[in-house]
Amino acid sequence: MSDNSSKNGIMGWIDARFPLTKMWEEHLSKYYAPKNFNFWYFFGSLALLVLVIQIVTGIFLTMHYKPDGDLAFISVEYIMRDVDWGWLIRYLHSTGSSAFFIVVYLHMFRGVMYGSYQKPRELIWLFGMFIYLALMAEAFMGYLLPWGQMSYWGAQVIISLFGAIPVIGDDLTLWIRGDFVIADATLHRFFALHVVAVPLVLIMLVVMHILALHEVGSNNPEGIEIKKYKDEDGNPLDGIPFHPYYSVKDLVGVVVFLILFSVVVFFMPEMGGYFLEHANFVPANQYQTPEHIAPVWYFTPYYAILRAVPDKLIGVILMFAAIFMLFILPWIDRGKVHSIRYRSTSFKWLLAMLVVSFVGLGYLGALPLSDIRTFFARVYSIGYFGFFLGLWWISKNEKTKPVPERIQ
Amino acid sequence: MSSEVSDNDRRRFLTAATVVVGAVGTGFVAVPFIKSWNPSARARSAGAPIKADISKLEMGQQIIFKWQGKPVWVVRRDQKALATLSRVAENLRDADSEDSIQPDYARNEHRSIKPEYLVIVGICTHLGCSPTYRPNMIEADFLGGFFCPCHGSKFDFSGRVYSGVPAPTNLTVPPHYYIDDGLILIGEDGVA
Repeated sequence: MSDNSSKNGIMGWIDARFPLTKMWEEHLSKYYAPKNFNFWYFFGSLALLVLVIQIVTGIFLTMHYKPDGDLAFISVEYIMRDVDWGWLIRYLHSTGSSAFFIVVYLHMFRGVMYGSYQKPRELIWLFGMFIYLALMAEAFMGYLLPWGQMSYWGAQVIISLFGAIPVIGDDLTLWIRGDFVIADATLHRFFALHVVAVPLVLIMLVVMHILALHEVGSNNPEGIEIKKYKDEDGNPLDGIPFHPYYSVKDLVGVVVFLILFSVVVFFMPEMGGYFLEHANFVPANQYQTPEHIAPVWYFTPYYAILRAVPDKLIGVILMFAAIFMLFILPWIDRGKVHSIRYRSTSFKWLLAMLVVSFVGLGYLGALPLSDIRTFFARVYSIGYFGFFLGLWWISKNEKTKPVPERIQ
Repeated sequence: MSSEVSDNDRRRFLTAATVVVGAVGTGFVAVPFIKSWNPSARARSAGAPIKADISKLEMGQQIIFKWQGKPVWVVRRDQKALATLSRVAENLRDADSEDSIQPDYARNEHRSIKPEYLVIVGICTHLGCSPTYRPNMIEADFLGGFFCPCHGSKFDFSGRVYSGVPAPTNLTVPPHYYIDDGLILIGEDGVA
């Protein structure tokens, strides 16, 4: 880093007291990213954008929302009808949650495709997985807040999952709910977690995710390290500074994203019942379960796994195992070659199987049960877990193509 | 700085002791925060027993009461419904209610004090949805009873779970007793 203490003016004054220029250079103007990023690399910065959208809209929603069993549903209707532009703020927030998962799922897929989780980026992946976990907690608790039928019964089902744990299960669910059923106590604590606790954790994890990334350096579609070949200044020959090159490039991604995002917000905020479920326009009724309950789309793959198993405890274990497998992915994959471009055909088939299974499970998880659907949910569940098992198997002695030394 | 001889064992002991004391203290401080999540005194008092008036319940009807915030059903079963109980026994997971929750006086085929009246908590033992009363839903191996729309669990007219569905045990029978023919107290065992 350059010696900033010698600078004059306001920047010199600040830099003598706070490493502003140093941080700017370390993370933006002198952070060298590989020069061959493709569109898959938009989704990291887009996730950051959505996080900002969620925080800003969330803050404004709390100004009108009332976390009270008797008032919550009405206060959401009040936001939608009576608060100036309240409908827009709420639709931005509700669409933002789905957008968050779309962006994050694509971001994760990119990581699997190009081996971004592999050595030396295991910690980046782990922090990312904790972000994903925090995001799921955040989305789940946020979904209770409108206090509609789906909020209520969705929460009832998910909290009951913990009841499957032997011995302590029942006491644990009672403790989480703070009442014998989902009640005002549950709503209020979920509100506190949703607006204060989890966002704090989320922001902290995002910082760690980025710090770990900037320590190791970004992976790229070729899956090779750019730090091997450096110029006389010590900068990677195949790298370009993040700012201005990628900050400007990401701006294009942001524009495309905002166009699509606006289409949903203004023309189809409910997305046919996938982003905002129809049953949630009915106030929570603890005596009547809706005829068909399903989680929001981003949870349906795991929900389908849960339903595919005819045993409560095993179903719950498999559902959590499905998420846990992603955590240990860096250690399941024993391969040395990162990118799909140079990996074996069997890897490509396995990855295709993962995508088909995950999408298939997600589709089935949103539908009511039937025998044929249960059958397919079981097939896809095997396909999902099969990816991890297969990857462990094939990556030991994988027939890979020769990896280039430099990015062309 | 490090030229003086230092007693490293002593330092290590003091460090460890400080960490242990700090950890114990943190543990104690955590208790009130964790316990604040328990059901409050108000929530617990709302769990008091309730009186259920069943004098106007017609044959085949179901009536829903609220106890501890949960739905409690009273169902008046006719002879036809009661007759199915022994016929479905072999399709049930826990026909004798050995792994299920009910007071001793309801641990029988009809799972109630009086065969005609079923008093049961209307919450599925799988994941807590509320099943629906389906007296007329007849399928190949299902002769009517209760059906949970969430995950497809089926129960007979005594709330006994069928095998091959996700719910692990029969529906729970709450403690209850008859004050008189038309009035049940739900939430307390009768004086034996």
